[in-house]
Amino acid sequence: MIRGRLAGIGPPVVVGVAGFGLWEGIVWGFGIREFLLPRPSSIMDRLVENWPVLRHAGWETGRIAVSGLVAGVLAGVVLAFVTTRFRTLNEGLTPLAIAVNATPIVALAPIFNAWFGITGTLSNQAVVVAIVFFPVFINTARGLTEVHPDELELMRSYAASEWAILREVRIPNALPFFANALRVVAPLSVIAAIVAEYFGGPQDRIGNIITSSAAFARYDVAWAAIAVASAVGLGLFAAALLLERLVMPWRLVDGGSENHNTPGREK
Amino acid sequence: MTEPLEPEAAVVVSGVDKVFNVGSSDEVTALSGIDLTIGAGEFVSLIGPSGCGKSTLLRLIGDLLTPSVGEVTVFGKPAHAARMDQDYGMVFQHAGLFDWRRVAANIELPLELRGWSRADRADRSAEMLELVRLPEFGGHYPRQLSGGMQQRVSIARALSFQPKLLLMDEPFGALDEMTREHMQLELLRIWRETGTTVVFVTHSISESTFLSSRVVVLSARPGRIHSVVDVDLGDRTDATREDPAFFAKATEIREALRADKDDG
Repeated sequence: MIRGRLAGIGPPVVVGVAGFGLWEGIVWGFGIREFLLPRPSSIMDRLVENWPVLRHAGWETGRIAVSGLVAGVLAGVVLAFVTTRFRTLNEGLTPLAIAVNATPIVALAPIFNAWFGITGTLSNQAVVVAIVFFPVFINTARGLTEVHPDELELMRSYAASEWAILREVRIPNALPFFANALRVVAPLSVIAAIVAEYFGGPQDRIGNIITSSAAFARYDVAWAAIAVASAVGLGLFAAALLLERLVMPWRLVDGGSENHNTPGREK
Repeated sequence: MTEPLEPEAAVVVSGVDKVFNVGSSDEVTALSGIDLTIGAGEFVSLIGPSGCGKSTLLRLIGDLLTPSVGEVTVFGKPAHAARMDQDYGMVFQHAGLFDWRRVAANIELPLELRGWSRADRADRSAEMLELVRLPEFGGHYPRQLSGGMQQRVSIARALSFQPKLLLMDEPFGALDEMTREHMQLELLRIWRETGTTVVFVTHSISESTFLSSRVVVLSARPGRIHSVVDVDLGDRTDATREDPAFFAKATEIREALRADKDDG
């Protein structure tokens, strides 16, 4: 098992190192000017030079992303429970939610600045919440409702209460759907935070460092900030995966038969 | 059925019609004029072409559906009261085990819902795993088991609380022929050991012949009882499948199904 996991890490590491080597070589070999595409080594130099500033920016942007993520996930889960409990609410709200989800939410960032203030972090957090909310809401609601009819009949044959059905069937059934949503929105929250920072908020954040560095043609610094942002995004994605494994140990076992409770399975 | 209820009757279905989508353009009469009495300890199969309402009849007995007309009595009380008293064990074609529960915890689910203590539940699930001959698999997750093993766990779960009535809806329909024949023998052994009453839906003539003490042949559109065939083949073994008496009964059931088609 351990050997298998290490073997799994090998190929991406090799490809990654080779990729950076190739990048370095191409920029050097073809004499590409640094402001168009800096070499990985100079990005690394800028990262080290500006580490205190970038670390602070990564931390602060990460906090915006995580706080918005948590609030958006909570809101999505709570509304999913409410709508699945009350069918009429579900019929009214779900199409609306889907319609709202189709609107590009980052486009609202300047409006959120007007609502929540351009200098504080609240408007940035609001963008993250709005982006995180919908995938979590829609997926969780699907997981709570798309239960195999046999499983419901079985519970009814035991004269189980609605609460018991929720606890024993609907919630566990929704977990994989929720986990899928979380895997999508965890890195998305970092993107949302950075895009929101392009439009306003405090000036010592990743988004502002990228825009101001680019404005002064310091693309190598912008790239260093992007590297920090990717690290934060990757960290959140890894946290989502870890949570999934902790909460759903049954998904780790090797299946002797088709796995039943995977989202999208045939009903 | 107008004669007084016998105390040993497990199920009495009297004058039952079931109409779906009443009043709408796709109104359909699934069952019409169903009268059926099943004695305690009997093994009764419901067989018929698809759309004959055999699964509907099973669900009416189990109070998962309510009749449009007529009534269903189970152990002398209305089906609803029997369901509330948790007299039913159910097994479906889809084993319907919960992926997130280990095998033993799946078997213990109905016991948990009844508030059994942890120790009692563990004792009973161990006993049930013995009964279905999977004693080493309590700690596995369902997806680690084959289809036949999952179905055995499903049967163990249905029997864990010793229900008076076991309702089975094509439980072996998704299994391969070899596993299916093995499971049939296992089911008959369990039925003899537990003395429970079984109502078994199938579309397999040989399966109904092999398993049942009586076979109820249904006809389609609207679903009616065409005939009831008594099957007296004694204790079944693998040899029964090659017994001329077995073939004779299977032929009788086949002809009942065919006659119905000709009538229709």
